[in-house]
Amino acid sequence: MRRTTTSLALIGGGALLLSGCGGGGAGDADTIRVAYQKFGNFTQLDDLLHEVKTEFEETHDGLTVELVPIEAQQNDYFTKLALMNQSASTAPDVMYEDTFMIKSDVDAGYLAPLDDYVADWDDWDQFFDNAKQAGLGDDGALYGIPMGTDTRALWYNKELFAQAGLPVPWEPETWQDVLDAAATVKEALPGVIPLNVYSGKPQGEAAAMQGFEMLLYGTDDTLYDTDAAKWVTGSQGFVDALQFIADVYQGGLGPTPQQALDTNVATTVAAEWLPAGELAIALDGSWLSGTWLESGTTPWPEWNDVMAQAPMPTQNGQEPGATSMSGGWTLAMGSGTENPDAAWDFIALALNKDNSKGYDIANSQIAVRSDVADDPEYTAANASFEFFSSLVDVTHYRPATSDYAQISNEITVAMEAVMTGQQTPEEAAAAYDEAVIGIVGEESTQDG
Amino acid sequence: MADSSSETALVVGVDPRRRRGGPLPRGGTARRDAVRALPLLPAVVLLAVFLLGPVVSSFYGAFTNASLRGAAARSTEFVGLRNYVDLFSDPDFPKSVLLTLVFLIGSAILGQNVLGMVLAVAMRSSARPVRGIVSTIVVGAWVLPEIVASFAAYAFFAQDGTLNALLGLVGVEGPSWLYDAPMMSVILANVWRGTAFSMLVYSAALSDVPPEITESAEVDGARGWQRFAYITVPMIRRSISTNLMLTTLQTLSVFTLVYVMTGGGPGTDSSTLPVLAYQEAFRFSELGLGTAIATILLVVGGVFSVVYIRALRPEAD
Repeated sequence: MRRTTTSLALIGGGALLLSGCGGGGAGDADTIRVAYQKFGNFTQLDDLLHEVKTEFEETHDGLTVELVPIEAQQNDYFTKLALMNQSASTAPDVMYEDTFMIKSDVDAGYLAPLDDYVADWDDWDQFFDNAKQAGLGDDGALYGIPMGTDTRALWYNKELFAQAGLPVPWEPETWQDVLDAAATVKEALPGVIPLNVYSGKPQGEAAAMQGFEMLLYGTDDTLYDTDAAKWVTGSQGFVDALQFIADVYQGGLGPTPQQALDTNVATTVAAEWLPAGELAIALDGSWLSGTWLESGTTPWPEWNDVMAQAPMPTQNGQEPGATSMSGGWTLAMGSGTENPDAAWDFIALALNKDNSKGYDIANSQIAVRSDVADDPEYTAANASFEFFSSLVDVTHYRPATSDYAQISNEITVAMEAVMTGQQTPEEAAAAYDEAVIGIVGEESTQDG
Repeated sequence: MADSSSETALVVGVDPRRRRGGPLPRGGTARRDAVRALPLLPAVVLLAVFLLGPVVSSFYGAFTNASLRGAAARSTEFVGLRNYVDLFSDPDFPKSVLLTLVFLIGSAILGQNVLGMVLAVAMRSSARPVRGIVSTIVVGAWVLPEIVASFAAYAFFAQDGTLNALLGLVGVEGPSWLYDAPMMSVILANVWRGTAFSMLVYSAALSDVPPEITESAEVDGARGWQRFAYITVPMIRRSISTNLMLTTLQTLSVFTLVYVMTGGGPGTDSSTLPVLAYQEAFRFSELGLGTAIATILLVVGGVFSVVYIRALRPEAD
């Protein structure tokens, strides 16, 4: 009996100690914890933050920067970041935050407003006005400092096009032109994947924005009616965009669905398929060449001789003839930070002119600071910057609501259902409509 | 000491509890029992906090709109049965329940149990070296951590994986197993991974069957399969029920294997309940809905357990 009592007491005491450990270790004011994504080919931010960490620690005595690279594909990154933010003991002081996540993360109470800081920050005047808008929450306060922006278009391999007898430069005017070119490649060059459009749940936001919305915003319909503040359901454009996905994947013009549903496909496209000439056309982002620069993970010195870009045409060539989507990422401050001034200093240092320029060049970002955009070193650094900057005229931004992130997931569900042939575009669109109503309520939707 | 019977007992000098076998007298004894129970208190508290706590909080969470992001992450609200209503009106959900049952019956009840029994029976009559080799191979798969086994199974079934390479040697071009037959692939992988457990349980049970009984049945003219069906199986019935229950509960919670091999796809073709719960909770940020799915999984496990426990009851003899 005595022995049992003692051992039980020991177990009890041990458990109390253990549970005590879990609750402790909350953030401390001398450490700035920075959470960011590092995955696949995307190592440029990791490089930047390591440099900034050294610089910051040299100029801020007694402060340490703890870098927390989250090695996860984009959607998993958002999840892990949200989980970190849910507990005060793990919430970061500074985080790498997608502009489309800002509003919902502000609603969740994860982010701290930065208006007071930028008021005293001379650099803020250098940022373009639309970039300043990108970091706003629903309350009109500023929550993120943009690092760069991006546009999207068709990348194509000139050598493969010449072999297949397609014209170079290539100027598709309608969706059909894109599908026809892909069909020609399929016919002439067996073994080459004609066209890649990101699609399906594993690709997350890359599929919703880079795949689906690049199509939908080229139809006469839209995802969200900004003036009425309502989500559009039952639109023909939605069905047509899904039909395009079905044509690509069920028609054998894309990668096989199992290749496309691999979570690493974005890495494969940039690091393997394009440099090896295994993929003819890629609907992809302006940052793509960042992988092939000397500072990237897969240097490819000849990339600019082999690859060219064409704007993504609208569905039937309707005005303005081309379309693009823009997003971009910011650095944001965690609402639970114990030392907001130091966290701000870190953000301001990371995004000063020199660091912004270095990052924009290394990661092939479209500059959001006018002093970087005008810098000869920046403009000369990458032959594709001029093309992708020109798309800013026709580009679209995602609906700026806190529901967008959830609705974007429903788009990927619809895409995956049609790419695998489980549903027709009409059925998948109907299921999407129902899901959207479930998320925002009937009163926040309207028929397209 | 107002109780007269205790007084009598004291006079006679016999412990009243022993003599009467009736209800315990109150007062001093109860206090002594409480003192004796005191050392158990930490254990009870730990059980409540770490075992009961998560179950209760998951039941509660299923009635809230808890979310990873958006306003619901800041102020979680009670939403009643909404998560369950959403779930039952979602066409993915019945499919998911069906897939879970297919996975359970295919891989645990039929696969692991039947194959485990066959191996156990076969190994009793096989030569010692054969027994050693077979049990090493089978137990090897079981010893692998789930994530390692999952990657191994992925590498085996992948389009350019081992299975298709082997088929290629004999001139057959195999399909893309994980894409064309996702449920079959994960079922086979789970059978491969879990059979050793059943085999070990049944080997132990079979060695407890007295040889005299089977021998006398043999003398009475019972053939091999008759001896097995009418003598051996009834005698190891308890082991079968226990093993069915354990493999059922293990299989219901299999997540890593399915998630690594197919991610629940293509589409929703291998989204068993654990994968669906993960997807809703962590992919789509709907913690409340994910928890509701997890609760249903708990109920399914509970139903199977009750069925097996009833089969285990001594009265059923």
